[in-house]
Amino acid sequence: MKSASSATPGKPRLTTSSMIASIAAEGQRTKPAPFGHALVKLAHDRPEVVGLTADLGKYTDLHIFAKQFPDRYYQMGMAEQLLYGAASGLAVEGFMPFATTYAVFASRRAYDFIHQTIAEEDRNVKIVCALPGLTSGYGPSHQAAEDLALFRAMPNMTVIDPCDAHEIEQIVPAIAAHQGPVYMRLLRGQVPLVLDEYNYRFELGKASLLRDGREVLIISSGIMTMRALEAAKELAGDGVDAAVLHVPTIKPLDNEAILRESAKPGRLVVVAENHTIIGGLGEAVAALLMRSSIHPTFRQIALPDEFLAAGALPTLHDRYGISTTEVARQIKGWLR
Amino acid sequence: MNDVNTLANAPTLAQRARNIRRNALRMGEVQGQGYIAQALDIADVLAVAYFHAMRFRPEDPAWEERDRFLLSNGHYAIALYAALIEAGIVPEAELETYGFDESRLPMSGMASYTPGMEMSGGSLGLGLSIAVGMGLGLKRKGSDSRVYTLFSDGELDEGSKWEAMMSAAHHKLDNLIAIIDVNNQQADGPTKQMMGFEPLVDKIEAFGWFVRRVDGNDLDAVVAAFDAARSHTGPQPRVIVADTLMGKGVPFLEQREKNHFIRVEPHEWQLALAELDAGEKS
Repeated sequence: MKSASSATPGKPRLTTSSMIASIAAEGQRTKPAPFGHALVKLAHDRPEVVGLTADLGKYTDLHIFAKQFPDRYYQMGMAEQLLYGAASGLAVEGFMPFATTYAVFASRRAYDFIHQTIAEEDRNVKIVCALPGLTSGYGPSHQAAEDLALFRAMPNMTVIDPCDAHEIEQIVPAIAAHQGPVYMRLLRGQVPLVLDEYNYRFELGKASLLRDGREVLIISSGIMTMRALEAAKELAGDGVDAAVLHVPTIKPLDNEAILRESAKPGRLVVVAENHTIIGGLGEAVAALLMRSSIHPTFRQIALPDEFLAAGALPTLHDRYGISTTEVARQIKGWLR
Repeated sequence: MNDVNTLANAPTLAQRARNIRRNALRMGEVQGQGYIAQALDIADVLAVAYFHAMRFRPEDPAWEERDRFLLSNGHYAIALYAALIEAGIVPEAELETYGFDESRLPMSGMASYTPGMEMSGGSLGLGLSIAVGMGLGLKRKGSDSRVYTLFSDGELDEGSKWEAMMSAAHHKLDNLIAIIDVNNQQADGPTKQMMGFEPLVDKIEAFGWFVRRVDGNDLDAVVAAFDAARSHTGPQPRVIVADTLMGKGVPFLEQREKNHFIRVEPHEWQLALAELDAGEKS
């Protein structure tokens, strides 16, 4: 059943979230347009940085860059195949294009263009895409539930799923320092600020243990790390001690950290991702553990293998099990 | 425009075109099959591109000031290799390796394999988009190098070609010269029966381009078209629409009805070379 659920008595009935709904919870600390501001900062030092978009400058925070560097900004029109082909061409000529659109359009419409003109030719293009996974209430046209699976499968591609504004600010210079194509999921607008409290530093290809715990290890990326940290606090209230290993670089995976944490005895291992259960972080971790003969009790929190419904994001996140409440509830169920 | 052509005893364009055809036939013989008819039809255009129009250094294929050449239709690689060999960018001896394991000359062109091959084509519809980015990049750098890109009439079926055409005109890419090989043949049959593209000149002009349409097997006409495209002063991308004959120069291949991908019997290669030479002398 896809239609929005009927209102629960006493609970306000929510309407479809706007296209660019903030994923910040009410009252959560946020920072505006961290990608746009970080790119401006980078571009001051790196004259080869250029920005391209396909009619989504405003919606990917690239307008901040466009305002600062109008002559280094290319509006390519609503043509995503052209966007990535042209980005490849600019990279051939020695520039470092940051090319933005929505994750659905890069991963689905422009896939072959990215595969052939960027990944196969190993061009230095940074593909930065808003609305990753389930962060739009507009239905499958705007929900990129399979973007990580598609880009993981592409040779040469580095794949990154950031958690918050603090991390995005650090990812931008880090991927510029990396020579080669990168796919980065983008959170735009008012972006939650979480990881600054954990004294966190992003390092390309490295996972980070944000919180230790004896009974559960949650391995997560993107906004699910934020949810995992909140769920861990909730679980602590029920006497359950949960660790959170944040894995922002989906490819190449930090095998060492994942194996080290998963091998610690007696912990339920849960991978939580804002992505279809097929082909994302969960399956990557599962395969790694199997190959390494490490066999903890293993569970996945991920989007189901189905076309997701339209509606309000809080409703959808509850329904598909990726809200904080649902993460905590599922883990408690598995521990019983 | 380049050292290769300024020598007093430099071969004529007709000799260049004949040598390109010979190189292609010899590679075809190595594999016994291939996109030979296309190589024969586009040889005159490649001769003019490499030995009249383009700026390059055979010993330095990545020379920053070179004119770029993007082969969008990667299956025409056999034609481009033939031209790159004639231009001295690829050694003639490598001709014998065409299509074999470990060769730098794979059946479909790829950027990382071959000196002078500037993109990985083959998935049709990519080249003009890359050309737009390179055209923008060259302008950013203040370079006066040009970007040439070759594709064929069948590739016009791909919507991405038309996105890129709109974009090139929008960005006033006067440093971009596209070449469309109209040989009226694609994988499943005559291009005009698969998806009609005429009136092609009117269409592309309506997109804001400077267009010249010529007999792509008439060297003088092709030279005039390249000269017109290069000397035009309008702020527009340029296209040379070249009507060509599949198998040109080898009568028994010209007459084959299905010649998109040709298999030739071992004894026929010598016949093809003999016909080519006979045509040269007549």
